[in-house]
Amino acid sequence: MGRPTSPLPRLSLRRAATLALLPLLLSACAPEGGSGVQSAKMATIKARGKLICGVDGSLPGFSFVSPDGSYSGLDVDVCKAMAAALLGDPAKVEYRNLNSSERFAALASGEIDLLSRNTTMTLSRDAAGGNGLNFAPPTFYDGQGVMAPTASGIKTLKDLAGKPICVESGTTTELNLADRMREQNIPYTPLKFQTGDQTYAAYLQGRCVAVTSDRSQLAGKRSSFPNPDAHTLLPDVMSKEPLAPATVNADPVWSDAVRWTVYSLFQAEELGISKANIAAKVAEAKAKSNLADLRRFLGVEGEFGKQLGLPADFVPKIVSAVGNYGEIFERNVGSTSRLKLDRGVNKQWKQGGLIYAPPFR
Amino acid sequence: MPLTPNLPLPAALEPGGAVVPWWRDRRVVPWLVQGGVGLTVLVLVAFLLSNLIRNLTAAGLLLSWSWLGQPAGFDIAETVLPFQASDPYWRGLLAGLVNTLRVVIAGLIGSTALGTLLGMASFSGNGLLRGLTRVYVEVVRNIPLLLQLVFWYFVVFLALPNGTAALQLPGVVLAKSGLYLSGFGEGLRWVAPQLVSGVWQAPLRWSVEFAALLTGLIAYSSAFIAEVVRGGIAAVAKGQWEAASSLGLSWLQTLRQVVLPQALRVIVPGLNTQYISLAKNSSLAVAVGFTDLYSVAETTLNQTGRAVEVVLFLLGAYLAIDLFISVVMNSLNRLVQIRER
Repeated sequence: MGRPTSPLPRLSLRRAATLALLPLLLSACAPEGGSGVQSAKMATIKARGKLICGVDGSLPGFSFVSPDGSYSGLDVDVCKAMAAALLGDPAKVEYRNLNSSERFAALASGEIDLLSRNTTMTLSRDAAGGNGLNFAPPTFYDGQGVMAPTASGIKTLKDLAGKPICVESGTTTELNLADRMREQNIPYTPLKFQTGDQTYAAYLQGRCVAVTSDRSQLAGKRSSFPNPDAHTLLPDVMSKEPLAPATVNADPVWSDAVRWTVYSLFQAEELGISKANIAAKVAEAKAKSNLADLRRFLGVEGEFGKQLGLPADFVPKIVSAVGNYGEIFERNVGSTSRLKLDRGVNKQWKQGGLIYAPPFR
Repeated sequence: MPLTPNLPLPAALEPGGAVVPWWRDRRVVPWLVQGGVGLTVLVLVAFLLSNLIRNLTAAGLLLSWSWLGQPAGFDIAETVLPFQASDPYWRGLLAGLVNTLRVVIAGLIGSTALGTLLGMASFSGNGLLRGLTRVYVEVVRNIPLLLQLVFWYFVVFLALPNGTAALQLPGVVLAKSGLYLSGFGEGLRWVAPQLVSGVWQAPLRWSVEFAALLTGLIAYSSAFIAEVVRGGIAAVAKGQWEAASSLGLSWLQTLRQVVLPQALRVIVPGLNTQYISLAKNSSLAVAVGFTDLYSVAETTLNQTGRAVEVVLFLLGAYLAIDLFISVVMNSLNRLVQIRER
């Protein structure tokens, strides 16, 4: 099995290990019918039988561990959708809780297959000479905000002059804060912590008068505070924060599979295909040969799955596992969740939002 | 003994008189073994290095240091060295290094003083003092340092009130916004902390992050140093105590003038280890929000993506600090050793 795209060194030990694994990899690949689409990463995931997904793990709405140990959230649902598409089972995911400084190293070293951890897509993270990641489409368009206790009377960034502000280190947030404050010549003291938990603990203890992060994260954390109503989000939006799943730059087949899994969630919402009606839609597509778009999207005809190295019916598998994008949004961060975030720019493009899937063609 | 002209060595002979073959010759075998081990190590290192370079090349990440001159773009809360976001990365790393040295030096002084007192107190005639010392040492050294730092920061220092409610001790004010210490102000006048329109002002201010880190490090290291000092004192023969007291010296005089000078030769090598541990432990600063070298390096790593270079720099910096401590302590050790005549 050739690996023209593999990042692995030509190292005799690795080669020996690959040789030993060869029968295993080949047998796992066989059901795909040898489409010619080959990905070392996807072969590894199939041989392992589960997807290893890097998440935050302590951020309500995005990835949160419930008392019984199960994960939920928007980022988690992307992991589940990927596992459903590739392995046919949304439960075949092993989650790794990562803090913001660990996440890229974990991805680069191959410890995780997919990073779905409220990560902002930026030039230097995408560029081969920077972090060398490959971003899927953003699953949440966010912006950086500031939260302060309502009683403090802080209304704008100017009110923060000379005050300590808590921020998680190793984030774009840290840099944006420095940029915005420098622009407006506001002196301040950044208090940096390694994890979100430490950052918010210091804020709640009153060490800093404000905490800054993505607005969705602030809303998520606030919902788990002892007294959520005592904290206000300032109206200032300090940056664009498109949060997107990421893979390493070295395996384009795997990156494409992740990208189009995310697009499938968008497209399903646009076509009105939901968790509730997916079975009926598949039956309808099979019965009516004139619904070409629907038939191709659901894998009844055409070979989109094969081209991506996924099963032909990967879209029905994804939607029956986690629903479409709108359902994921509402369930985790929208009006039916504790966060109660507005769809805002995360609406479908037809409603004037930014959620847009290119044609499935 | 017959010489074989082709060999540089005279042939060794078995007890029976037969010539020993070279692979059993004890003058040859050690060289072969040493050479073999050396060669293995060399090959292994070469393999690892070439592998690293090949991997980095494949990932397009060949070592490069040009990013050091780029503007850092982040701020550091508390620096001895002036630093702002528009300064280059190397200045940020240097500011972090100076912050680390600040906490290490203060920690070394504090933990040595406290540890020595505790070590001496464990030989006190006062049973209560002796007992308290034992309890302190056993409690502190058996709890993980990270846990202790989090305790000092979140439970002790962040529980301090601000403004007029702040804890006011003679010459020191403890508040959530920082520790305010008396010092020399303008014209070398001694100035105590004052409350100016709700904000404390003092010649010297420590952030609570620095204070929590320093307190935690001193508390932790002093427990180990106390044990080193106790071991050193216990190593001095009992007869020395008895001889000193028969000369009419008091307990403190005996300790200072007879026992401690002899104990130092046992104490100093042990102290070396503790000092090195303290320097390395200071990197836990990141848990309590103090921006030390490790914290700056972590931010730098995230912004630049130059993981290998930043980690190499970190390794080099901590190694240099620890080797420097070792060199100083080893010279001190030579001074206190008993000179044999």
